[in-house]
Amino acid sequence: MSEVSLVQAVNLALKRAMAEDPRVIVLGEDVGVDGGVFRATEGLLALYGEERVLDTPLAEAAIAGVAIGLAAQGFRPVAEIQFTGFAYSCIDQMLNHASRLRTRTCGRLTCPMVLRSPGGGGIRAIEHHSESPEAIFAHIPGLKVVIPSSAARAYGLLLSAIRDPDPVIFLEPTRLYRVSRGEVADDGAGLPLERSFILRPGTDVTLVAWGAMIRETLAAAQQLADEGIEAEVIDVATLKPLDTATILDSVARTGRLVVVQEAPLTCGFGAEIAARVAGRGLMNLVAPIERVAGYDTVMPYARTETFYMPDTARIMAGVQRVMSYA
Amino acid sequence: MTTVATFSIAFTRILAPSGELVAPLPAFAADPAELVALFRAMVLTRTFDAKAVALQRTGRLGTYASSLGQEAVAVGIGAAMRPADVLVPSFREHGAQLMRGVSAKELLLFWGGDERGNDFAGPREDFPVCVPVGSNAPHAVGVALAFRLRKEKRAVVCVVGDGATSKGDVAEALNMAGVWKVPAVFVVNNNGWAISVPLERQTAAVTLAQKAVAAGIPGEQVDGNDVIAVRSVLERVLARARDGGGPSLVEAVTYRLSDHTTADDARRYRDDAEVSRHWAEEPLVRLRTYLTQRGIWTKQDEETLLQECGRAVEEAASAYLATPPREPAAFFDHTFAALPADLAEQRAGMTAERRGEP
Repeated sequence: MSEVSLVQAVNLALKRAMAEDPRVIVLGEDVGVDGGVFRATEGLLALYGEERVLDTPLAEAAIAGVAIGLAAQGFRPVAEIQFTGFAYSCIDQMLNHASRLRTRTCGRLTCPMVLRSPGGGGIRAIEHHSESPEAIFAHIPGLKVVIPSSAARAYGLLLSAIRDPDPVIFLEPTRLYRVSRGEVADDGAGLPLERSFILRPGTDVTLVAWGAMIRETLAAAQQLADEGIEAEVIDVATLKPLDTATILDSVARTGRLVVVQEAPLTCGFGAEIAARVAGRGLMNLVAPIERVAGYDTVMPYARTETFYMPDTARIMAGVQRVMSYA
Repeated sequence: MTTVATFSIAFTRILAPSGELVAPLPAFAADPAELVALFRAMVLTRTFDAKAVALQRTGRLGTYASSLGQEAVAVGIGAAMRPADVLVPSFREHGAQLMRGVSAKELLLFWGGDERGNDFAGPREDFPVCVPVGSNAPHAVGVALAFRLRKEKRAVVCVVGDGATSKGDVAEALNMAGVWKVPAVFVVNNNGWAISVPLERQTAAVTLAQKAVAAGIPGEQVDGNDVIAVRSVLERVLARARDGGGPSLVEAVTYRLSDHTTADDARRYRDDAEVSRHWAEEPLVRLRTYLTQRGIWTKQDEETLLQECGRAVEEAASAYLATPPREPAAFFDHTFAALPADLAEQRAGMTAERRGEP
């Protein structure tokens, strides 16, 4: 077993998926010769040739649409949208077609595709490169939405997403691409798509997060432990379909919930989690549910982006607020 | 200054509105049965359209898009395609769908608001109707790419309307098809109107076929009311596509004699005089005139055919009307291959609520 970065884990999963299934096709802008702007697809062209690794023209909607056509024909396309800010062009295709091809045809045609896209802030990128659109996709019936937060989970979840019989939006946090490193066995083992992961057990408060926020949240939990507060940290990992049970079980034990998301507050995915816990776990709560989130503003440019994204201090402040209730 | 490239757009017409031949007949037309088959398919389509509109007017079908006057486009496509090809239609290709083995009952189920109408027993790989205009074009590229990857001699026919040519999806798809030389044929069913917007306010382009020029693929026009020409042109470009010659675009110039849909009233934006003028060019009259003049078709044949089509459509309508709606909770079942826990909970909740359970 060797230690790899999150983006290398993505690369390993793509290689593994292409090796085990000739129906897997990788397509997107600069995914071939260049190996992807983040090198997520590096080496695929040399291994599998231009029939299975397609550099596309610069047309995001058509990349999604072509993947739908391939998927309807039984291929397993993995389309890359270079940044999530450009994935908005794909929403028509994903919403009107990918997500509902199975429903519309009563299962006659299906859409086993993955739309991969790197996003989120924290890499001092130019505007439109730091978006967190997971809730937009999670609102679409028929799509699954997955966000890894470690190399091992990126590997296992991407393999499962590619093997899944339905369309999956796979959002990769660019901020973790290189700094998040871990052991990956590269044994082809997938991780379940309908399960959240308890990364740290705790008894006093439940912290729920996903993607790049996991790193901040784990750091906050560590500091809280120094203050004698034992926080349980849950990586949602698969936002849709949501593993509600894991969160409810945790809240039943801790009585407190803080949801951390980088995306804007209003109608964010944290609101769905809060609503489910309020609906099913209210009697277990000893404090109001706290959401630590980005603001309802446009993602600021690089110089002030760190003031927008929740950090350890803001998460700890949120925890202090829920801890103030006896 | 030098000219670095020049382009021209060809127009094919074989049978004039008068029923007179203005170009040599294609080989298939040597067999009168082939021409009769085209005529029959157009009459069936028109009969189906009339029944569907009647069902809608009497509250027994949802909003319906008639193909009145455009039957030659769909039937020409249906006749030129092989069973192994795949149709990625817009929403006015009932004639092509019927020819490819979609049943009239299935079509009525779809337009009547029942997903089972898209579960074609016949052409299992054909796409369902595409309502978001032009968004089907990239799918055709994907399907065609699949054929090429599997080295299959098959082609895709993607149909879009004149309005769709203004959309980015179509431009992106044409461009990508050109780059990858996939076996896809794009048919622009130019009926002159995108609901209330006439072609001259849709585009400043002289033809829609020339949209192919920018994508680097062959583009041409065909008289969309001449079913012989449509079939002939489509057969040629489909053969080229299947043989690895790449994609093409065919603009079929026709006219929408009907309202956009049953929810539309074209008199709000279109002169009756214009519509009347176009009735003289509609596709059935000219082929009937030609067949009659050649002694291939008689009044008796016509009456028999009308009865046959009427009977077939009535049977389909009865079968559709006799089909009860799905069990409501069934709409959960094809959201994913397997129902996730939270969705299963919603499904159970709906069922319980309908039973009046708390």
